Amino acid sequence: MFRRTIPLIFAFVVGTFMVIQFFIPHPTFQAIYNGVLDWQQVIFGFVLVVGTLSMVRHHVIRIQRKKEGYRYSMVALLGLVSMVLAGIIGGIRGGPYKWMFDYIQMPAQSSMFSLLAFFVASASYRAFRARSVTATLLLVAGVIVMLGRVPAGEYIHVGGLSLTDISTWILDYPNTAAKRGILIGVGLGMTATALKIILGIETSYLGRGD
Amino acid sequence: MNLSGDIGIWVAAILTLAVFSFLWKDNPLFRLAEHILVGVSAGYYLVQYAYSAIYKKLYVPLFDQGNLLFIGCAILGLLVFTRLVPRKSWLSRYPIAFYVAAGAGYSIPSGLQTRVVKQMQTSMLNFLDQGSLWTNVSAFLLFVGVISVLLYFYFSAEHRGAFGFFSKIGIVFLMIGFGASFGYTVMSRITLLIGRLQFLMGEWLGFL
Repeated sequence: MFRRTIPLIFAFVVGTFMVIQFFIPHPTFQAIYNGVLDWQQVIFGFVLVVGTLSMVRHHVIRIQRKKEGYRYSMVALLGLVSMVLAGIIGGIRGGPYKWMFDYIQMPAQSSMFSLLAFFVASASYRAFRARSVTATLLLVAGVIVMLGRVPAGEYIHVGGLSLTDISTWILDYPNTAAKRGILIGVGLGMTATALKIILGIETSYLGRGD
Repeated sequence: MNLSGDIGIWVAAILTLAVFSFLWKDNPLFRLAEHILVGVSAGYYLVQYAYSAIYKKLYVPLFDQGNLLFIGCAILGLLVFTRLVPRKSWLSRYPIAFYVAAGAGYSIPSGLQTRVVKQMQTSMLNFLDQGSLWTNVSAFLLFVGVISVLLYFYFSAEHRGAFGFFSKIGIVFLMIGFGASFGYTVMSRITLLIGRLQFLMGEWLGFL
């Protein structure tokens, strides 16, 4: 009972309150609602700590067993510990924490994402092969948007319109139509899943076992 | 050439080159940069959330303001740690249930409003907009696009006849949308790449 039923009742009460409060614009309900959101953030903070501990445990085991590439685990742990110490000692507004963010995390992260430009290029070769009418539409829309986003697009004209104008129109209308259709579907799907969670039909988030 | 004398710029440049070395092949330099990024990112987010969530939303109200209600929040938060003890890990279901249910409850009205009602409303209002002929034609196209994409994703009826025709129009809109999104993503990645190259050539080597 305490392992499964009570958590489900707990979920039902919290979930139902969050739905109901939306329709009751009373200061008390608003205060509880804000409190629930704050508690949610706190729980997420603790989840992040547990996740980090799990990551540390994974790398420590790799180092202890001297698994292949265990030296990289040392580097990862060193990065983690130094960032945490930098934040504790110098604070998060400046000092070594901000320095490490500006000169280590940001450049490495944006370089990692920019690396995807090369892989996306090879993926686009495969995706953009005009084998059917629909694949041709994908190809044409992709090429127009890519050319329309660079300065050269301003100088290429088709039927009196520049590629930049056509690209903007594609993004504003057919692309928005597709996205809205998907978004409405996602919204309805999310609502159905949320209802299943609150009513205790969907329980996979509790994990297996009693 | 005017090489930078800033040690931070040098560290950033070496890391950038180490990441780009993956274009040659997977190599120790890339893996080193990769693991530095993993460690530093984990540390960054840990400190950020420890400060903005645990300190500001728990420690301050509980210890500085004396709000005893937050004892419940502290208990729920600490119960997350039972996840690390297999025999007691069921206790972590309470904070998880709270987190998931609060998110689910929140998403029903707000999700319906932003993802469904607002999207439908905007499509219909644009359609009725009294702008230029071209704006109205485009808005009508958007309206037809939204309806046909929704029909394409409706699987409770066979896609035949008029229904099949509109679902095929839905595919056309979807393919144009996917192509446009793909092109947009490619360009955003290339923008990032240009940014990194500008950093290397400008801030580091001083060519620009």
